[in-house]
Amino acid sequence: MKGFWRDAVEFFPILLNGVALTIVVTVGSLLLSTVLGLVWAMMRVSGIKALSMLSASLINVIRGIPIIVLLFYLYFVMPDLGVTLTALQAAILGLGIAYSAYQAENFRAGIEAIDKGQIEAAQSIGMGWWLTMRRVVLPQAVRIVLPPYGNVMIMMLKDSSQASTITVAELALQGKLIASSTFKNTSVFTLVALMYLTMSIPLILLVRHFEKRARKR
Amino acid sequence: MIELNDVHKSFGKVEVLKGITASVEKGEVVCIIGPSGSGKSTILRCINGLESYDRGEISVEGLKVDRDAPSIVNIRTQVSMVFQRFNLFPHRTVLENVIEGPLFVKKEPRAQVLERGRALLAQVGLAEKADAHPPQLSGGQQQRVAIARALAMQPKAILFDEPTSALDPELVGEVLGVMRKLADDGMTMVVVTHEMGFARDVADRVLFIDGGVIVEQGPAKALLNQPQHSRTQDFLRRVLHPL
Repeated sequence: MKGFWRDAVEFFPILLNGVALTIVVTVGSLLLSTVLGLVWAMMRVSGIKALSMLSASLINVIRGIPIIVLLFYLYFVMPDLGVTLTALQAAILGLGIAYSAYQAENFRAGIEAIDKGQIEAAQSIGMGWWLTMRRVVLPQAVRIVLPPYGNVMIMMLKDSSQASTITVAELALQGKLIASSTFKNTSVFTLVALMYLTMSIPLILLVRHFEKRARKR
Repeated sequence: MIELNDVHKSFGKVEVLKGITASVEKGEVVCIIGPSGSGKSTILRCINGLESYDRGEISVEGLKVDRDAPSIVNIRTQVSMVFQRFNLFPHRTVLENVIEGPLFVKKEPRAQVLERGRALLAQVGLAEKADAHPPQLSGGQQQRVAIARALAMQPKAILFDEPTSALDPELVGEVLGVMRKLADDGMTMVVVTHEMGFARDVADRVLFIDGGVIVEQGPAKALLNQPQHSRTQDFLRRVLHPL
């Protein structure tokens, strides 16, 4: 145990650099997946068949490709097509695109949970599609969507470790590098696990808060 | 004011409206009665453009109702609708429900809209509930808010789609009372209802619809007291003397 604390003091600052990159990848891909997910969901519920089918196809394609393959594709294949991305850019783009499919289905479920009668009432007072969305559907859908959205945040935080496969020196890769040069696997990976857990706990509490609020309504 | 000319409407292979021709004059109260599934609500929904129709023509003050045309917004601001299940916005307060349309669709000044919203809530007897949320109200109160929301648009006519059918019996009177007052004030109203007493006392005309066609129409008292058609007689007998 004493050895562990000594290792922790030694490795913590290096791992902290990894934490910074983990946060950058998580936040960046979370934002991107939210925006893309909203776009896919809006296309799905637009009532325009071509947009709805395009969105459904996109979601299925994205869902059907493993995140790691998507990351490899963006980082290793795109340069062949003339688009070179940094490892960080590819990681954010890949995770953002991968998770946009789940976000879209989550947002769509929230939107479709709103009673059709309310949408008709909005139309009957002259509201168009966008005004109905903005004033009636989305404010209510947000409350339904928040608990699963929180879960997606936790999953993204953990899946940001997949960025290590394309050389982003986030927490998991930093740990691996230290472990392979010091052979102190137990100390390093325990420390890495604890650091992921520490970042996850506030998010877990946030999800619990969202769930409580959703139940109250 | 509202004209329907040979209106046909099908849902899949089922033809729900089989050539409806009718008109509603300004200031008139017309009740539509008939068995379930006869197409009563569909008529209202077609007038408001919530449903499209396949053939014929519906016009409001000379403007053709086409749910896909931009003019539908104009028609909807002139012809409001009150629904069976109220369809209030639960995340907004009662007052916000009432002012939503004038504020965001008609873009009227906020102060003016707020003043009118409060006056309308007072008119339907709910001034003290302005800051409550719909789920905190009884069904009758919610329906009165829905009527205030319809009135806030300052419509030329209001369509009522079975406004008391979802209410407990003891709450029906308060809603019918508000509607009766509106009729007395000269509001043009088309009411789909099973409340024969209301139709007899308040309506100018009654249309009896069965199987997607108007079987019989005429002045309310005459049609309800002395129906001419056997289907109307049979329907009224079943409604008025269910046992």
